[in-house]
Amino acid sequence: MSPHLTIWKWGPHMAVSILSRITGVGLALVGMAMFTWWLAALASGPVAYQTFLDWAGWPWMLVVWIGLTWAAFQHTLSGLRHLVLDIGAGYELKRNKFWAIMVLAGALALTGLVWALILFRNFA
Amino acid sequence: MKMETPLGRVRGLGSARSGALHWWHERLTSISTLLLLVWFFVSLLRLPDFQYQTVAAWLGAPLAAVPMLLLIVSVFWHLTMGLRVVVEDYVHEEGGKLFWLVAINFLSLFAAGLCVFAMLRIALGGAA
Repeated sequence: MSPHLTIWKWGPHMAVSILSRITGVGLALVGMAMFTWWLAALASGPVAYQTFLDWAGWPWMLVVWIGLTWAAFQHTLSGLRHLVLDIGAGYELKRNKFWAIMVLAGALALTGLVWALILFRNFA
Repeated sequence: MKMETPLGRVRGLGSARSGALHWWHERLTSISTLLLLVWFFVSLLRLPDFQYQTVAAWLGAPLAAVPMLLLIVSVFWHLTMGLRVVVEDYVHEEGGKLFWLVAINFLSLFAAGLCVFAMLRIALGGAA
């Protein structure tokens, strides 16, 4: 293995890069399992669908839903950043670092906003 | 055994002629998945509740069923390609790499098949 992981000082762009993969794998495995379960339950009729709703509404499942929300925002924002990098823009050191930080902060902020709205609507 | 680096062995042979298409499809499906997921979540949030009748009636209508089928194709295509790249980058032993690539393709094709069938059943009737 080349020393590409050990000779560079860690920066936000590296965190965004590896998080893009980690969240992608998480969404691909956990997100798709939930999506398939939901759709299969809906196709199986009201009883199976109610079982899904009961499971999905279990308080500890909040960890999964909030985690998936953050993963989706993180993966989407860093994906959009990648589309810009793919056309050859945004490689200047300062600009690159700025958008890497914006991706990290934006994903956290959007996750917080979405769940504040959901929880506020349910308890208000 | 020839003393040659892997790069030395392939230099001059040209590309495998599949990498660029894979790269392009990954970008293409990232955009289609994003658009369709926005449609999906906006539609879900516009529903008055998430009870069976409400969700099944919404998804059974053609203008929801068709985007949903496209979403299934787009998202499973994208995630299969993404997982493939992760395996190719981190699993270097040939046997293990082959196993995981086959497993990823079989599993995602199976899950995608389940989703398509479920969607057709919801849209075309037969659901209890």
